[in-house]
Amino acid sequence: MTSGGPAASFRGAALAFGRRTLWSGLNLDIQPGEYVAVLGGNGTGKTSLLRVLLGLQTLSSGTVEVAGAPVRRGSTEIGYVPQQRAFDDRTPLRGRDLVGMGVDGHRWGPRLLGRRAYRERVDALLERVGATEYADAPVGTLSGGEQQRLRVAQALATDPSLLLFDEALLSLDLQRQKQLAELVAQQRDRTGAAVLFVTHDINPIIDDVDRVLYLANGSFRIGSPSEVLRSEVLSDLYGTSVEVMRVAGRVLVVGAEVVDHCDVPGHHEGAAL
Amino acid sequence: MNLEAILDSVFVFDRYGDLLHLLQNSIWAGALIGLVGGMIGTFVMMRDMAFSVHGIAELSFAGGAIALLVGADIVTGSLMGSVVAAVIIGIVGAQSRESNSVVGVLMPFGLGIGILALALYQGRTANRFALLTGQIVSVDEVQLVSMAILSAVVIAGLLVIWRPLSFASTDPAVARARGLPVRALSLAFMLLLGIAVALSVQIIGALLVLALLISPAAAAMNLSASPVKIVVLSVVFAEVSMVGGILLALGGALPISPYVTTISFLIWVLSWILRRTRSRPRSSAARDGAGATGGGPGEGEDDDRSTRSGVHSSTGSAAGRTVMVTGSSPSGSPSA
Repeated sequence: MTSGGPAASFRGAALAFGRRTLWSGLNLDIQPGEYVAVLGGNGTGKTSLLRVLLGLQTLSSGTVEVAGAPVRRGSTEIGYVPQQRAFDDRTPLRGRDLVGMGVDGHRWGPRLLGRRAYRERVDALLERVGATEYADAPVGTLSGGEQQRLRVAQALATDPSLLLFDEALLSLDLQRQKQLAELVAQQRDRTGAAVLFVTHDINPIIDDVDRVLYLANGSFRIGSPSEVLRSEVLSDLYGTSVEVMRVAGRVLVVGAEVVDHCDVPGHHEGAAL
Repeated sequence: MNLEAILDSVFVFDRYGDLLHLLQNSIWAGALIGLVGGMIGTFVMMRDMAFSVHGIAELSFAGGAIALLVGADIVTGSLMGSVVAAVIIGIVGAQSRESNSVVGVLMPFGLGIGILALALYQGRTANRFALLTGQIVSVDEVQLVSMAILSAVVIAGLLVIWRPLSFASTDPAVARARGLPVRALSLAFMLLLGIAVALSVQIIGALLVLALLISPAAAAMNLSASPVKIVVLSVVFAEVSMVGGILLALGGALPISPYVTTISFLIWVLSWILRRTRSRPRSSAARDGAGATGGGPGEGEDDDRSTRSGVHSSTGSAAGRTVMVTGSSPSGSPSA
């Protein structure tokens, strides 16, 4: 991990596909240990933002750095957790193999040397996310929550300074969303890695989030959740009347194009039911 | 033909020792392709490409048949056919939906060309259908050496790309995020697969290649989820089928493929029964139920959620839900 500088840094960054600009003029420094949620509707460039950091997508203009260096593909400074997509029942992998691919799955040649170090590393990662119990079960037989825990362990394998989550809570039930969110916050605290969490629903992570990047309408707003999730801010962003309603401890964002809803802190006990 | 006569012609062991000695090259060839087939078959299964293998085999047959017709080397011909097919499928994208239709188009074309070449061929008729249904080729030293070299190429190639290929095959999204050249890996794999198929076609025939490239790996996956165990089991099963099949077929006049395919089929059936009967202590449904602390019955949480908010604003919540689900689809345009 690079000390001092930001974990990720955008300078005048813009991304456009053809004539459609997803966002532009993005200046954002994500500090080590900072937790940033990326919110926004369909096609606003949330996932593209992550692809830019992964080096899979080039910016239309501006610069982006990860841990003080220009982005490049396959950086070990980044851990990536994708959306949960159930593994086929017959996928020939056990839990520990999924984690192991994060450790050395990118290396060429068979794993001839260092088998013991590999095993110890995988065991340590499994233990860190509390997945030891089902480490030897075929991944296809695991629940979505268990699979995502393994994926967090996989993403932590290279001791990254930046963790990217792409809708990682989607298709999990609320209970497991909450458990995974706890795990993410805990690993953030433990490793000091910055977290960039793309999500459509800030509810499960709102307690942990330091800042929100809200993408909409070719533009964006950055700030704390209470600064950004307000009627006047989002109305301005969307360019139309958007109302943020707090009803029974619940925040509903109601707009012309996008109907969004977010829970506020304190609602979690209710959510666990 | 009564049963006894049939059995007599299926299992012939007269002068077995002499035959064993005479045909030892064939046995070595079988052992080689058993090793190659067992190894590469695990990736074929991992990548869900059984149909592609079949398509490659038919073009391999066409290449071999054309070579037979024009008097060229059959191995070279079938190798060219299968590599061309493998590269075409690889370029289209072996895991895309389109590849199925491409294979479906290539396969009858290859078969048709092959049959045309065979029909025009004036040579010995016994050679004609060997490429389709297999034979005990009288493998000579030269052929054996060329098969050994090709097998070594496939095995060495697989070993080099083993870990990245496993990563890209089972977890492409994260493999891409880790900077792996997923597409190049896929193409490299298709090339190796093309060579492996051409090798197998020589012995077992184009129509029955799947018995060597699919059945052993599928049986292994019925028995384990550990990548190392799967490869070991798959190679063992392929060797038992291949070498066992050749040993049974040596004495008679029948092609070896029925022996090979029957053994590999029986292995698969046994593995399937074992998988079925083995108790599955960890069903995810059961775990979910136990893990949720009073999470309510059934699919609970999402329903709870809309019910709760529904008290206040059911329309907004329901609409919000819909928007969000589509909004978070992985196929969202920016990522395309």
